[in-house]
Amino acid sequence: MTRVVVIGGGATGLSTAFWSLREGAEVVVVEKGIVGWEASGRNGGGATHAVSPLFAEEQRLWPMMDDLLGYPTEYQRQRVRIGLSRRQLDLILEGVTIARRQGFVAHELDNKALRELVPFVSETAAGGVLLEYGGHANPQRTLQAYAWAVQDLGGVIQQHTTVIGFETAGGRICGVRTDQGLIGCDVVVLAAGPHTAQLAAKLGIRVPLAAARAEMVVTEPLPLIRFGGADGNGVYGRQTLRGNLAYGGGPHEWIDLPDASTPKPVNSPVMQSVAKRVFELFPKVAHARVIRSWAGVVENTPDGRPILDRLGAPDNLVVAGMSSVGFGLSPASGRAVMQLALNGACDFADLAQLKLSRFDGLAGDWAEAAGWVPWTREGAVA
Amino acid sequence: MVGFDATSIAGKGFAVEGHVGVVVIGAGPAGVAAAIEAAGLGLGVMLVDEHPVASALIGIDVPWMFGERMDGAVRNQARMVERVVAARPELQVAVEAGVDVRLGVYAWSAFVEGPTSRALPGPMLGLADEERAWFVGFDRMIVAAGARDLGLAFPGWDLPGVMGARGFAAAVGLYGAFSGRRIVVLGAGAAGTEVVRLARGAGIEVVGVVDVEGGTALAGVPVYAGYRVTGVEGVEVEAVTIARGDGAGAMRIACDTIVLAVDVVPVVEMFDLLGCRTVFDGGRGGWVPVVDEDGRCSRPGVYAAGDCAGVSDAALGDVGLAVAAGRAAARAAARDAGLAAPMGEGGPVVGGLDRDMWRRAWLAAHGGPEVMVCRCEEVPLGDIVGVRPPRYLAYDAAKFAARDVRTLAAEGPLNQDQVKRLTRAGMGACQGRRCREQVQAILAMSGNQATGSVPMPSYRAPLRPLPLSVLAAFEESPEVKENWTAWFGIAGQWHPHWEKVPEDLKYETRWNPGVEE
Repeated sequence: MTRVVVIGGGATGLSTAFWSLREGAEVVVVEKGIVGWEASGRNGGGATHAVSPLFAEEQRLWPMMDDLLGYPTEYQRQRVRIGLSRRQLDLILEGVTIARRQGFVAHELDNKALRELVPFVSETAAGGVLLEYGGHANPQRTLQAYAWAVQDLGGVIQQHTTVIGFETAGGRICGVRTDQGLIGCDVVVLAAGPHTAQLAAKLGIRVPLAAARAEMVVTEPLPLIRFGGADGNGVYGRQTLRGNLAYGGGPHEWIDLPDASTPKPVNSPVMQSVAKRVFELFPKVAHARVIRSWAGVVENTPDGRPILDRLGAPDNLVVAGMSSVGFGLSPASGRAVMQLALNGACDFADLAQLKLSRFDGLAGDWAEAAGWVPWTREGAVA
Repeated sequence: MVGFDATSIAGKGFAVEGHVGVVVIGAGPAGVAAAIEAAGLGLGVMLVDEHPVASALIGIDVPWMFGERMDGAVRNQARMVERVVAARPELQVAVEAGVDVRLGVYAWSAFVEGPTSRALPGPMLGLADEERAWFVGFDRMIVAAGARDLGLAFPGWDLPGVMGARGFAAAVGLYGAFSGRRIVVLGAGAAGTEVVRLARGAGIEVVGVVDVEGGTALAGVPVYAGYRVTGVEGVEVEAVTIARGDGAGAMRIACDTIVLAVDVVPVVEMFDLLGCRTVFDGGRGGWVPVVDEDGRCSRPGVYAAGDCAGVSDAALGDVGLAVAAGRAAARAAARDAGLAAPMGEGGPVVGGLDRDMWRRAWLAAHGGPEVMVCRCEEVPLGDIVGVRPPRYLAYDAAKFAARDVRTLAAEGPLNQDQVKRLTRAGMGACQGRRCREQVQAILAMSGNQATGSVPMPSYRAPLRPLPLSVLAAFEESPEVKENWTAWFGIAGQWHPHWEKVPEDLKYETRWNPGVEE
């Protein structure tokens, strides 16, 4: 039996563990804290990624996930994109063409039709689009569902365990060293989000990533609208099944990750600007009280696209980083990574463009050159 | 040197309306004393207090458990301001000392530099009233946020007419708006004794004091020691039924208000927001900031004074201790600012009786699986222990039969935020102000571990639930507006995968324009 060690108990890692167990592999997930604790469990919950090569699989799998996992994810189909101005609406339609070209359907909504679906919107909104694809789920509940499903299938999740290095022999990784001991492995999946770069460096592999903090706000519960996945006006998010409006967006902050831990991501005055845009989007519920905000740490590759790659050296390592868009795609990305880990290739999506080697010629100071570095009074030093 | 990412926070401006040397949060005895002392020592001082709070907040028990026992006068904001000023005559002294006093203003956030927040121009305090939200810059902050009611579930505690010790004190004193006549007090400790004293002074009838353990004799008031609450009668409180632990001695006490006064807990939300270190200290009433003898917190420039730094029986019975702590914090702030100031002659409480045991005893006496713990999200105790999904969700009960907080504890130390995510307990409009302490104790008791070993659930802005319209009422800086993006503004994340991202394709904020064309 193939033994897969997954480093990182986030959406990508847990989904990989789940699919690997279904294929009969033995799986150990190593998580430095609690499953789903970082960005995987605290994002907008969107599951609508038409630009991704994993899009079709994302759309195919989500409606099945509650049954497959055995625990509720709060997945809801369809979304509404709202354009307050004609220009916003035109840009939404431009984005919709990417899904339409792949055979998915979307309907334009005039103001009246839009307000029938989303009564929180004002009479002055230009219109919207009802997507007959995409959707959203509850990230916290989904991550726990993945974790419990992994355990139900016999997988082991070692929480509060930090990876400190690797044992290698003959061009392969034969063990993952942790602060709780050595774990033997046949294949290693590195899915540690922003920490993937540090861990890969222990193997002499450069994975170019920059970490950033992003934030969201949430209101008290409101009456349920028909399609909770309604957003626009520069904020992403959804109405939860409980009725809360949970939205994010706006300026992020590039941060340092000096060690294996993740500092508590705080909020900034940007949260007030997020609330302002939610207010503009839904003026009919201007009275709704914001009860909380939160933040999370995500990583980005230089081109903003994922790295899903089984490397040649060592030949039993899969690097799985989703470049800040991991939750919604996780049913599909986990299945793809499972195939890379167990079969060496993915049979349902073309992952050629997601290879790590595309960054081979990248300058060492790429992050500084892009300005993707923590703010200092002295400015970015290239 | 090159530029920063334009869509990031670096270099963005956030408007502040003025800057003060010291901001004092809370105009209770400690806060007012701190403000007057600091002003006298030459510091520029702003004193912020949320009272009188909006009647809408009173309706959702923020910041205290008002239990729908405030009369209609609380809807008249101007009248309530007059009452607050009349109830706190020392505020006039503060004004005369040059303190900028802001009443009816919520300190809803503070943003300061930290590992994930480097780009701020300086420390910013978020303030709001019923109309708008704004920021004030500050050098130092003295937090004198006081204590709030300790929520403890019993059958019927979610009915109108059940209020907390602090809610009652405010209704009778600060707001002069209590609408009840006959009260039963739960808890015969310092908090309960204080409620009895206040009630008598206001001519309110106290028809009984109930405590699950012992109780000190209170002249003229029947004390039911060793009793628990078995139920509350009425659609709102008309009577409380009590009995001994073994069910004997059952009786009914007619009343219109039940005052839950087992204890109060320090308000530590601002400390958590600022990244000040907190510890669980049963002798100081639960989670408290780590402070030195003058009230300095672990984060430089932040000071704690009064009940928010820890509660004790001695401090609950003597406001002089809070006044001394306020002065000590102000003197420390002045010295830290380089001004000449004497040493303080008081400081934070040093701890006493283990107050954590009272919570455990109360929960042990009332903790059936059906008792409602989180009232906002309607989560009963059994669902917390069983880590059940909320009731609006369908789920496979057989799957959950094998899972509860004990199985969770076997996988790692119990974490209240994790249980919150699963059950929604503490996720509602009051953000756990009525149930945090209970959930913590329930987890600790279920996992057979010390209460303090269950980490404190985080506090986040806004520290008071604020309407979208209030948060939206500010002028956003042009840099934020013009560079706004829903996500990172990286072209490759918006460009279809079958096309290579053109080298020169720069993400444009045109993807997410504002309302204006």
